[in-house]
Amino acid sequence: MMALILRELRLAASGGAALLPVIFFLLVATLFPFAVGPDGPLLARTGGGALWMAALLAALLPVDRLVEPDRASGVLDQLSLRGHAEESIALAKLAGHWLSFGPPLMLAAIPASALMKLPPDVLIRLELGLLVGTPGLAALTLGVAALTAGLRRSGALAGLLMLPLAVPLLIFGAGFVGRGDESGALQLLGAVSLLLVAGAPFAAGAAIRAGRD
Amino acid sequence: MSLLSFEGVACRRGGRLLFEGLSLTLAPGEAALVGGPNGAGKSSLIRLAAGLLRPAAGKVDRAEAALADEHLALDERQRLGAALAFWGGDAAAGIAAMGLAPLAEMPVRILSTGQRKRAALARVLASGALLWLLDEPANGLDGDGLTRLEAAMAAHRAAGGAILAASHQPLGLAGAQAVQLG
Repeated sequence: MMALILRELRLAASGGAALLPVIFFLLVATLFPFAVGPDGPLLARTGGGALWMAALLAALLPVDRLVEPDRASGVLDQLSLRGHAEESIALAKLAGHWLSFGPPLMLAAIPASALMKLPPDVLIRLELGLLVGTPGLAALTLGVAALTAGLRRSGALAGLLMLPLAVPLLIFGAGFVGRGDESGALQLLGAVSLLLVAGAPFAAGAAIRAGRD
Repeated sequence: MSLLSFEGVACRRGGRLLFEGLSLTLAPGEAALVGGPNGAGKSSLIRLAAGLLRPAAGKVDRAEAALADEHLALDERQRLGAALAFWGGDAAAGIAAMGLAPLAEMPVRILSTGQRKRAALARVLASGALLWLLDEPANGLDGDGLTRLEAAMAAHRAAGGAILAASHQPLGLAGAQAVQLG
């Protein structure tokens, strides 16, 4: 299990694959002020939501490298032959993917919030929300990656599958940034994230098995 | 104690019945060579034995197994030695037996077809599993590779292992059961 998580981290580090979502996230944070203009208060009011959108779209980027290469190269078959359940393979992939996706995104949120002129208390809420919400995003990415593995031109389909499912994360994540503690959004964000993290290994495991027929 | 047993196994792929009523037992030291025309279900039989496909009918039982099919299952960016070591077992012995020692520091992605086949076989050799499942193990191998494969298979059977191989070529498996499909 540990070896599988380390392998995921190695794959994410090789060729800078893990950097891609982070760069995308920062790029959106750079472009957004150009689009709405240099209006400080407006940016501060809308920036948190825009960064959550950016995080959601950045989570889509690794979808084609999480499961499909391992399916095509037979690594999933070999792991199964060695007695690893597909669910535990998926859980290891989820852990490895989150480690290479969540913390770097949280780090990138610091310069991104400066570009959006977010006040410090909003940045703290954004970071808290990302800490709670990125595991859910990573779980969604993994589930969709497993479902679309082996399909041709799966990128667009993955987006269509994933974005609607991510709506609750977006609503509660952006809601917590905008309204703060009394809204209860963080608890709901946590509940959604937990549900996704708990369900994704089973969905992904079943999808990997079904993909063999 | 048998290492692999098929009891009345039927295989259906994409709605088409490939074979049915197949029974097969491999005891330690035994080997079976699966033959048949393209599309007869040789690879499906190997995947059934590996537990990667479920039989449409019948029962498959097997001991711990190692599989070499057309998928290499090694990380392309890693060096061959490190990529083989990920799968554990005695990687050095596998590399030596298949004559891959000069390539151990090369990245997997630059290996040729025959070298990839040797690497996949080295992964099986290193695994230490008693049952080897080999799908077209001789494809792309040169004369030296073929000799090494035959020697490795003979040593494996002498040490109490069993081999299920699908191939169009004679693999030098002395006294192997012939399983003809299609």
